[in-house]
Formats: sequence, C-alpha cells, structure tokens
Amino acid sequence: MRQVAIYGKGGIGKSTTTQNLNAGLGEMGKKIMIVGCDPKADSTRLILNGLAQQTVLDTLREEGDDVDLDMVLKEGFEGIKCVESGGPEPGVGCAGRGIITSINLLEQLGAYEEDLDYVFYDVLGDVVCGGFAMPIREGKAKEIYIVASGEMMALYAANNISKGIKKYAETGGVRLGGLICNSRKVDGEAELVEAVAKELGTQMIHFVPRDNMVQRAEINRQTVIEFDPKCGQADEYRTLANKIDGNDMFVIPKPLSQDRLEQLLMEHGLMDA
Amino acid sequence: MDAREVILDKYSGRVFKNRKDHIVELDETGVPKEIAANSRSVPGMMINRGCCYAGCKGVVLGPLRDTVVITHGPIGCGYYTWGTRRNKADSPDGRNFIQYSFSTDMQETDIVFGGMKKLRQAIKEAVEIFHPRAVMICSTCPIGLIGDDINSVASEAEKEFGVTCIAYSCEGYKGVSQSAGHHIANNGLMKRVIGSAKDEIPEKGLRVNILGEYNIGGDGWEQERILKKIGYEVIAVLTGDGSYEALTHAHTASLNLVQCHRSINYIAEMMKTKYNIDWIKVNFVGIDETIRTLREIADYFDNDEIKKRTEEVIAEELEEIAEERKFYRQKLEGKTAGVFVGGSRSHHYQNVLKDFGIKTVIAGYEFAHRDDYEGREVLPNIKLDADSKNIETITVEPDKEFFHVALDKERFNELRRQNVELEYYKGMFKDMGDGTITVDDFNHYETEKVLDIFKPDIFYSGIKDKYMIEKKGVPSNQLHSYDYSGPYAGFKGAITFARNTYLSIYAPAWKMLTPPWRTHPTLEGTMGDENYA
Repeated sequence: MRQVAIYGKGGIGKSTTTQNLNAGLGEMGKKIMIVGCDPKADSTRLILNGLAQQTVLDTLREEGDDVDLDMVLKEGFEGIKCVESGGPEPGVGCAGRGIITSINLLEQLGAYEEDLDYVFYDVLGDVVCGGFAMPIREGKAKEIYIVASGEMMALYAANNISKGIKKYAETGGVRLGGLICNSRKVDGEAELVEAVAKELGTQMIHFVPRDNMVQRAEINRQTVIEFDPKCGQADEYRTLANKIDGNDMFVIPKPLSQDRLEQLLMEHGLMDA
Repeated sequence: MDAREVILDKYSGRVFKNRKDHIVELDETGVPKEIAANSRSVPGMMINRGCCYAGCKGVVLGPLRDTVVITHGPIGCGYYTWGTRRNKADSPDGRNFIQYSFSTDMQETDIVFGGMKKLRQAIKEAVEIFHPRAVMICSTCPIGLIGDDINSVASEAEKEFGVTCIAYSCEGYKGVSQSAGHHIANNGLMKRVIGSAKDEIPEKGLRVNILGEYNIGGDGWEQERILKKIGYEVIAVLTGDGSYEALTHAHTASLNLVQCHRSINYIAEMMKTKYNIDWIKVNFVGIDETIRTLREIADYFDNDEIKKRTEEVIAEELEEIAEERKFYRQKLEGKTAGVFVGGSRSHHYQNVLKDFGIKTVIAGYEFAHRDDYEGREVLPNIKLDADSKNIETITVEPDKEFFHVALDKERFNELRRQNVELEYYKGMFKDMGDGTITVDDFNHYETEKVLDIFKPDIFYSGIKDKYMIEKKGVPSNQLHSYDYSGPYAGFKGAITFARNTYLSIYAPAWKMLTPPWRTHPTLEGTMGDENYA
C-alpha cells in the first residue's frame, strides 16, 4: 500500500488535481482510498458526484461510541473509497487535533485494508501545526507531492512545506516525490517550477496545462476523466497518474533560502514583468 | 565546603549556574542578601510548584463559598483541585458550594469543535440548580490552545441569567508557578467584584478586611473570633470562607489586613489607589506575632478603648493557653526545623516555632518573589522578565465617590517609624541569620541534601515531598493543608500546632524502620548528564 500526501498553497488546486489523478489511477484498476483532511470537507466531491459525505468528526460527535466504517466511507467513481475528516467551523476549536483524531479513528475502524494500492491524503494549506503534519508522521504517508504553479506565493509555500517535510524526513521515513505544476499560465512557468524542483533536489513530475474543461467538469461534480474521457485534459491526468505510479525518485528536500528562491523567480519569467 | 556549596556541588555547569542564585546562606541578621526568585524551574527537577490554574482556581477563587467556580477543561484539573486545600467554609445564607467540583469535562470532540457551547450549558445548569451569587470560569491549558472565547460566553451568560459571570484566562502554562494565577484572580476580583455593591462608606468604624487568609483548617475563623472579641467588624475575608456578597462591600472597610502578602498584595495595592484604604502586613501565626499584630491594628485606629480591649483579650487568651504553652515549650525547646511552603507561610511559621523555642535552620518558598524574601524595598530593582510581562497588570484610578479619608500623613509616618508594616512587608530574610539557609523553589534533591546537612528534628512541607522526607527518618508535617488538623492561627491555633509538632517529633515511627536502602544500595546511577554540562 502506498500512502501519499498532497500539500500545496491554499487554492492551488490540490483537491481537483488529487481527484483527477485518482480517477486516472482508478481507471488503471488501482484500489484507492482518499482521506480529505480539510475542515471544509470538499476533497472528494468530484469522485462522489456531490457533497454526500458525512464527516468522520461529525459522526464521532453525533454517534459517540457507536461509529461504523460504513457511516463515513463512501465509494465513488471507479470504486474509489472516500473519507472526509471534517472539522470545526472557522474560528473555533482545533482543526489540527481534528485530523489527528480522525486518522486515528479510521485506523481503529480498519479503513486501511490490506488490498488497497493507494491511500491519498488531501491536506489543507501549509503544515501550520502538528495536526496538519499528521498524515506524514511515522507510519503514515511515505511520499508527498506538492501542487504548485509558477506564481511566486505558490512556490514560497512549496518551499515552506519542504521545510516541514525535511523535519519529518530526518526522523521518520517520509520523502518528497515531486512537484506537480498546476499551470496558471504565467510566463516561463514550466522552466521556473522545474528549476525550483531541481534546487529542492526533486523533480517536476508533470506539468498539467490550464484547461477550461477542468472547470466544466467541476461544475458537473465530476472529474475530467468521468465527464469527458476523450478530451486532451483527461489524457494529461492519465499521464500524471502513470508517472506517479511509476515514480521512483523519492528525496529528502533541500529547502531554498529566501534569497535563492527570489533569485530563481527573477531569473525565470518575472524579470520581464 | 559550606552548606550551600555542598548542596550545589553535584550539579552540572548549567544547572549550577541556574541554582546558585536561588540558594542563600544568611550569616548575620540584617545584612541584605539578594536571591533569585519567580523564575523558570530547571526542566527535569522534581519541584513542588503548582500551575497558574492552581493559583487562580485552587487558591484565590476556590474558597468563595457562594460562588460556583467552573473548571473549563478536561476533568483532571477540576478533579485534582477538589477539596485538597482544606479551605473550610460555613453556610450562613444557604449557599456553600465549596464541597462541589464543577467542570465542563471536555472530551476529544469538544476540543476539536470548540468548548463554548458546553461551557454555556455548564453555566446554565449551575445557575439553575445552585442559584449561586456568581459564576467564575477558570480556563485550563487546552482551552487556551484552542482559543475558546470564554469572555464572550461569560458576558452572554451574565445577560441571560442575571448572575455575575467572570472568566479567567488562567491556563496552567502561564507564568512560572501558581503565582501568576494569584495575580490573574486578583485582577478579576478587583475589576468586577470588590466594591461593586457601591454602598455608602460609614463615617467612622473599626471596619477591616482580612486579605490573603484562606481559612485552611479554620485559620480565618480563629482570626475573626479574636478580632470580633476585641470589637472589630470584619467586612470581607479574601477569600477563606469568603463570599462574593461580602467582597462587593469590601470597599467600605477602613483597613486591609494582609496575611499572605504574595497572593493578594495586588488587591491591597489597588484598593489603596482606588479607595485610599491603607493596608498593613499582619501575621496571626504565632503567639508573639498575633500579639504584635493586634497591638499594631489598635495603634492604627488610635482608639483608647480598643487599645484597652486589645490588652484584655490578649491577657484572656494567654491565660487560657498558659499551661499548655509551658508544657510544649519544655518539650520543644532547642529543636530545629525546616520550613518549605508557599510564598508567605515559610516566614509566618518561623514565628510560631520561635514561640516554642524551635530554631528554623532551613526555609524556602515555592513561588515567592524577591520582595517576599528581601522586603518590599527591592521592588524598584526587580527587573520583570518575559514570563512576568506575559501576565496582565491592570491599573486602577481613584474612585471619587468612594475615596476614603486618608490617615494623617504625620501619623502614618510615625507608625512606619515604629516599624508598623503599613504598606510595607519586610520579607523573610530580616528574621533569619546565624548560618541558616534559604532555598528558593526547592527540589527533592536539594531537600534530601539539606536534611543530611542540617538534620532538623522536623521538616514542614507539603504532600509532594512529605513521604520522601519521612522515608529519610525525619518527621514531616504539611503546612499547605495541615494534614487533617488546624486551625494553627491565633493563640489556640499555636497550641494545636505545637501539639502536632510534639506528636510528630516524639513518635518518630519512620526513624525506627530500617528499609533495605539504608543498608545497601538498591539503585545505581550518576548525577546529571555530562553532555548537558
């Protein structure tokens, strides 16, 4: 079983990319579970064709001791199993603790079946506290992909996340598998993301071009592969799925200094802006 | 090596550097010595300190009898502060809730989703079932971490139920000891409770508040009995057998008597600023000290009838205890003691020990500040560190409506010249000397060391080290809770204290045992980590 965590700056397209790539893996016949680690609980909407999911934490709160796996685990497109951790409304409680509680509970309930090929964690934003690092702690996800684009803040975030990964990599076994470029169509984007990836000691595993097809599929609550299996964008996600399935480059990242990161941004594209 | 060097000898470099300033040898009485206090304890050391929550809920707010104090947090904090301090309370108006423990019992999902709803519900239930005069909410560590807005819950609940609700952000991790919690509790009481009844101040009267008396084992009752016998009116006690109701009238008193300086000096000072009520450092522990205290209070009021009555009461009380006093003096004369408690008691109890001829050879505080050791004259020289600055300090303004008539300036100075501790506390050091030793923030290793060096006949401390001391063959009585006894204050209390001391010293059961570790080592180890040095 490969456990994979997806991180990246807020709004960069983590959930969209994760689900589309999982649709690709599902097509390949892989058995997959997606664990959404975002209090908004919208990490599995495209696979399930809507927000039909009761979250783990809501269930725990309402049902008390009497929690069954069926209550929180739903199957969607290509038999992909979906779980939403859930969490408090903004501004109250502790979302980080929520993720810890929820992943522990899933383990207790036996969600991590032997015959799963992949478990994907879709984690919100930065590694802001211990809770959001839960998926990469000892014995959990061993590989991480960071979704980024050629925009400055996305790369800042990628570099920061790398710092978190480095910390856990040195004590546990987690490794960085690469950057996924979710294109924003900025100048010199592929080159810039590749250059940053190289400096981090990793790779840009795939460049996903910007295509309105993604939005169209999203509004229909589907992944691109389900919505229009023949379109070019569907193939892009299939390629990404293939690359991840065959990936053998797992590294401890070498985070960049702020100066170096800015220098790279200047060298690629931003110079003309 | 002198005693201090022996204690410090085994410490590694960094620990030595920290601890050396907390241990002071006092050679001659009256020579000022500086001590490091109110700073972070060394990690890994077994110390006796409590946390900020313990100081706020356990010490200052807990004893209020007509008030429900809700511990907002998981059940442990509420449970382990339930009744352990032996602060007694009566029930004159049918409201006495101190035998209960109120907690929101936060569970895992409450932590994740926030505990405000549960707190609201807890207040509702407490108000509906018990009809308290006020509700106090004390925050524990996890509440601070998840950021529950306890102040907004308190003010909503206050509007809804028409009962005063006050929230205290006294999370355990704040500050370096329970001292931070005392300060936070003082601020809350001053802001919201003291003087809130806004009743007129009677023109003249022998009206006092007792501040920093928590009625452990009934101490406060004994003090009140004596004061009332003389003719004083006790308006409010902060907070032993105290009440929210009484505190709201506290501004009408003419004089504040400060027993425990450390835990309540903030309120004493703020009441001086706001209401111009003088405060005087008193001590009702010890026979001579009680006499001194009573005479100084009478002096303050400068009323011949009261002065006469004071002498009569002193004579009566002394008469009653004369025989026992003599007996225990004979039995205890020449013994030595160690005293290690709190932030004021270690000073107070040296006086009662002196009454019976016992010399205090070791003394120390858990959580005192430098002024409690060296006297308030050092206050301007205390540099606030980050831990202290992190605790809110409030300022009050003179209250035009309820500002008292001041004591004549000349009279004030005259009393000060007579060493009356008006707006002053001299600290513990001035009563020590002669090679005795003071240790701030004792730990178990140092306790064992001083027992070996000084071999005191008895060591007064608390539950955390009582049995460690007894296993070394030294009797140990608790001065936080008085074991199961009390009161120790006043004339009769001194006799109860002497009796317990006598029983402990003359029945040295632990000394008669020969445990295995006395004859051969059962464990082997080395001191400290060399790498840490």
